[in-house]
Amino acid sequence: MLALVAAQGLTKRFDAHVAVDRVDLEVGAGEVLGFLGPNGAGKSTTMKMIAGFLTPSEGRASICGHDVTEDPIPARRNLGYLPEGAPLYGDMTAGAFLAFVAAMRGLSGRRGRAAIGLAVERTDLAEVLAQPIDTLSKGFKRRVGLAQALLHDPPVLILDEPTDGLDPNQKHEMRALIREIRPSKAIVISTHILEEVDAVCTRAAIIADGRLLADAAPGDLASWSPLHNAVSLTLGARFADAAAASLAGLDRVETVQRGPAGPDAARLTALSRDGGPILADVGLLIQAHGWEVEDLRTETGALDDVFRRMTQPDGEAPGHG
Amino acid sequence: MASVAHVFRREFAGYFITPVAYVFIVIFLALAAALTFYVGAFFERGRADLLSFFQWHPWIYLFFMPAISMRLWAEERKTGTIELFLTLPVSTAAAVVGKFLAAWVFAGLALALTFPIWLTVNYLGEPDNGVVVASYIGSFLMAGAYLAIGSCLSALTRNQVIAFVLTVTVCFLFNVMGAGAVQPVLGDAVPAELLETLSSFSLLSHFNNIVKGVIDLRDLAYYALTIGVWLAAAAITVDLKKAD
Repeated sequence: MLALVAAQGLTKRFDAHVAVDRVDLEVGAGEVLGFLGPNGAGKSTTMKMIAGFLTPSEGRASICGHDVTEDPIPARRNLGYLPEGAPLYGDMTAGAFLAFVAAMRGLSGRRGRAAIGLAVERTDLAEVLAQPIDTLSKGFKRRVGLAQALLHDPPVLILDEPTDGLDPNQKHEMRALIREIRPSKAIVISTHILEEVDAVCTRAAIIADGRLLADAAPGDLASWSPLHNAVSLTLGARFADAAAASLAGLDRVETVQRGPAGPDAARLTALSRDGGPILADVGLLIQAHGWEVEDLRTETGALDDVFRRMTQPDGEAPGHG
Repeated sequence: MASVAHVFRREFAGYFITPVAYVFIVIFLALAAALTFYVGAFFERGRADLLSFFQWHPWIYLFFMPAISMRLWAEERKTGTIELFLTLPVSTAAAVVGKFLAAWVFAGLALALTFPIWLTVNYLGEPDNGVVVASYIGSFLMAGAYLAIGSCLSALTRNQVIAFVLTVTVCFLFNVMGAGAVQPVLGDAVPAELLETLSSFSLLSHFNNIVKGVIDLRDLAYYALTIGVWLAAAAITVDLKKAD
């Protein structure tokens, strides 16, 4: 697959501080890469470099094969970019602003109007086109920013926190839109909302302290969680002690965690030793002992669990770097 | 370049979105007229020329041009729109030139609206209209030089007030280098050659040449070079400071 977005050894230093440290990335058509990381991890700095706004200290980035520093204009033609916070010219009306961007993109006359029409339809902006951007709500502003990025139907989209500040309905619409345009484009979005990654991304990259720690499908990342394939069961409190001991005795069970579930119930979670399935073993045990089980389920492992483990090593509080 | 035209159009229209532009033009015209008639003693001089009008331009511009140029880049940096703007397919040079031209044409519009004074002097007497045209050209070029300096200094900061003060200061220095009052002060301390060099860099001395009615290629080249150098410096400054 041809990589529409590529970065090799991308590094940005601000004086002594290394904001982004040798990041390698490739994103092809049809992929949505979700950029995850705590605040200050280097997500935005990386995106600014790929968008050609910041010059990398080392390494290179390219869009559709055009180096963003050496060949910036062709690279930018292929790029739709929503900067962090969606900055817009507040004194312009939404319509005038989109017309300006269309003109700058070389879309004039009928093509310009068609492009604006399509972007306005996709982002549902028709009702506010005549209003100054400063008077719009945060959700509308974000959508104007997105419309601006989509205007020229670029093969590459870089969206820095596209759903930040949107209400749940708007978030849902934004994700639906990203899924709709996904097949033909390479899209990079940053977010710290992990459910968003599951909802729209085909790949997730975790970045912390400027370093790329993981780059895999969201499901694969989740499987790195110790909870992956763990079995949780809720059963009568009187069985709890015996059940915990029996479960811990299984070969393929690493440990058993115990939590409260109700006045007369207990919740036990058996963690798989090798991440493999253990439900069958647990099921046999339940039948053999005749425990009254109210609820039984296999855990898939949570992305946020993996995220937390990767971005705060040794359980330290984040934000020290 | 098409993108220069698009940048120009957006920027120029931007001046007129709020009433500030109209207020600016009215105050400029009122001040120019007041200085000409009251301080410049237009009538008392009894001469059919516009020297008492044009002689104030360098000093009126000292405050009016920085007010036009201060927002050019400082505002983009403050609001973050510079990130959106400079990731559009436009070169920094085209962006700098487009913005500068918008400011310059706006200044030219304000200058053009002083035409009643030209009509007045033609009604009252028979001025040398060649000198008047030359003076208008000189004044317009001088405004361009101020605005080019202002573009560069506006790119240096996110704060429009700082951009304004810096521009007034630098333009003032470029002005007084050639002013008669400063030359004797420096006269003893500075070698005569340096004094002459300084004076040749002065916006004022070249303006005074043109206002006499002589459009010398050297004076035109001086303004073209000043505008070019400061815009080049603006482009470099924008590239260096845009992400700060």
